Amino acid sequence: MGYLPNIFFIILFVAGIGFFVMNVRKLSRNIKLGKEVDRNDNRSERWKNMAMIAIGQSKMVKRPLSGFLHIIVYLGFIIINIEVLEIIIDGIFGTHRIFQGYIGSGVYGFLIGTFEILALLVFVTVIIFWTRRNLSNIKRFLSTEMQGWSKKDGNYILYFEMVLMTLFIVMNATDTPFQEAGIGNPISQFVAPLFNGFSAATIHTIERSSWWVHIIGILLFLNYLYYSKHLHILLAFPNTYFANLNPKGQFNNLASVTNEVKLMMDSDADPYATPQEGEEEDLPEKFGASDVTDLNWVQLLNAYTCTECGRCTSSCPANLTGKKLSPRKIMMDTRDRLEEVGRNIDENKGTFKDDGKQLLNDYISPEELWACTSCNACLEECPVNIDPLSIIMDMRRYLVMEQSAAPQELNMMMTNVENNGAPWQYNQQDRLNWAKEE
Amino acid sequence: MNVPTMAEMMAQGKQPEVLFWVGAAGSYDDRAKKISRAFVKILQQANVDFAVLGTEETSTGDAAKRAGNEFLFQMQAMMNIEVLNGYEVKTIVTCDPHSFNTLKNEYPSLGGRYNVYHHTQFIQNLINEGRLQIDDATLKGKRVTFHDPCYLGRANEVYESPRDLIKRLGVNLTEMKRNKATALCCGAGGAQMFKDAEPGTKEINVLRTEDALETKPNIIATGCPYCNTMMTDGIKFKEKEAEVVVKDIAELIAEANNL
Repeated sequence: MGYLPNIFFIILFVAGIGFFVMNVRKLSRNIKLGKEVDRNDNRSERWKNMAMIAIGQSKMVKRPLSGFLHIIVYLGFIIINIEVLEIIIDGIFGTHRIFQGYIGSGVYGFLIGTFEILALLVFVTVIIFWTRRNLSNIKRFLSTEMQGWSKKDGNYILYFEMVLMTLFIVMNATDTPFQEAGIGNPISQFVAPLFNGFSAATIHTIERSSWWVHIIGILLFLNYLYYSKHLHILLAFPNTYFANLNPKGQFNNLASVTNEVKLMMDSDADPYATPQEGEEEDLPEKFGASDVTDLNWVQLLNAYTCTECGRCTSSCPANLTGKKLSPRKIMMDTRDRLEEVGRNIDENKGTFKDDGKQLLNDYISPEELWACTSCNACLEECPVNIDPLSIIMDMRRYLVMEQSAAPQELNMMMTNVENNGAPWQYNQQDRLNWAKEE
Repeated sequence: MNVPTMAEMMAQGKQPEVLFWVGAAGSYDDRAKKISRAFVKILQQANVDFAVLGTEETSTGDAAKRAGNEFLFQMQAMMNIEVLNGYEVKTIVTCDPHSFNTLKNEYPSLGGRYNVYHHTQFIQNLINEGRLQIDDATLKGKRVTFHDPCYLGRANEVYESPRDLIKRLGVNLTEMKRNKATALCCGAGGAQMFKDAEPGTKEINVLRTEDALETKPNIIATGCPYCNTMMTDGIKFKEKEAEVVVKDIAELIAEANNL
């Protein structure tokens, strides 16, 4: 009988981790549905970006209030997790506060004391976050794409954290020997008196219950990540590592187009030449993107990493002036569609069955795409270097090169560029007239 | 004004130190043509040996690329690269941040590798080399705010060259609340210049003009012909033409030096 809790814990723990790993594999498979793009160059620069931006939170603090509050929760999350290690070992071996014996009650008390203070800070910060989301009039939390599930998701994460922090403090407050030792309980000592009227047995039951619900809560939270915008706590690190390192103004030159243009401009090329061996099997490439599988894997990683903070949207000139475009929605739509494609593959034994839908039109409308000024404000703002602009540009490319569906005025502009080398209808021979006019 | 072309230079067996890439706006747009002329006057004052492509210049393809037409962009790019490489051009200067960005960042992988400068960077170099001086008396005391062009600022992180030049004019430079990396777009980028905006509550150039007007400027300085158009339109919309002028930094320097 004595080993039942240990066995129960191990089953719970293995199931919790196992389910998470299963979902991570799905996530990784979905990201790999994207096209290849080489982001393994310049590794030292990439590590530096990850260290500064993800670990060092350098872009978060550009908005000082939310940046500061975020750092509290971020540090709390990382540091308090050391305690989870002890909880897991205790759970497996049926021990109680096993680290205490190894590192001495002084050091142990210092650590737990630090965790308690952080837990309180996290609790207070999370309440401020909840207030900002639900009671304050912060525009980026009120956009249309933030209604429904996205709003609930944001709040569920905050409730999870409130409950976990409370359980951690209650667990310590009801651990009678721990309170009697009086080391490492700077917060829980003020909570302990609440249980003074209870019998020793009841207090012990509360302590055990808190301990169990706490670890079950952590495993649930871990598994909630896959279904939530909260994945950024894991993906921010690879996302900042693999982010584009070129100047923001540099858009990629499509290699498939380069080949065709070279062929067109080469007067010696024979358009009727027999293709070289292997060439004829190449499927004609699609230009631009109309669905998630036309995007590259970093763009798909971006979509999973987005935590919907909305800094991009709040700095987007199109959005600020009431246009339909919201860079955050571009990322959310990309993820929603990618997950739909992933589910389709799961349901059809590993192959995608055409569902008559795509990212373009079913999720993102041309009106949104054409409102972008390509100003790069969204990239500049993103605390984890997500690039909504590249998705917008790839989709414009599809609209123009595959569907000839540019707005009429842009078609005229492009016709002018083609005919007279300028976006307006002027004669190429008048190009130097400006120098003669004064 | 005497603006030599590369063809003329080549006929005389000369290779100028820099090619002035005028761009479509600088060549054809009445407002932007004044910027081209102001910049040429500065080049001439500093005795810079320059030339233009003239009728051999054609669109960089920037607007086509941002509109999604990669084919047209690469066609334009390859034609331009053929001409530029034919003249063995090494250094290019332009008053248009869009041309600057495209020539600097998007031409190299297509075979066009040049040292490309925005005119504010180039003028700054002329000053640092002692080839040009700016008279700080003419515009003394004017309140100037600088609107960062997206393709100069965020796109290529050039924030200080234009500001350095403005400070040398002896004016009071006041920053808008959104400046440098957080500057608001004028609304013209991404081929928006050539189409009407999508339905919304406001025009972007009006919002940006409001940012500028908050600083109570005499002059809104720009470094891009498209930003210039958008801000000028914004000032007209706000009926502030009597109090505020929109000028390119090259125009301000030409004015300061009585060119």
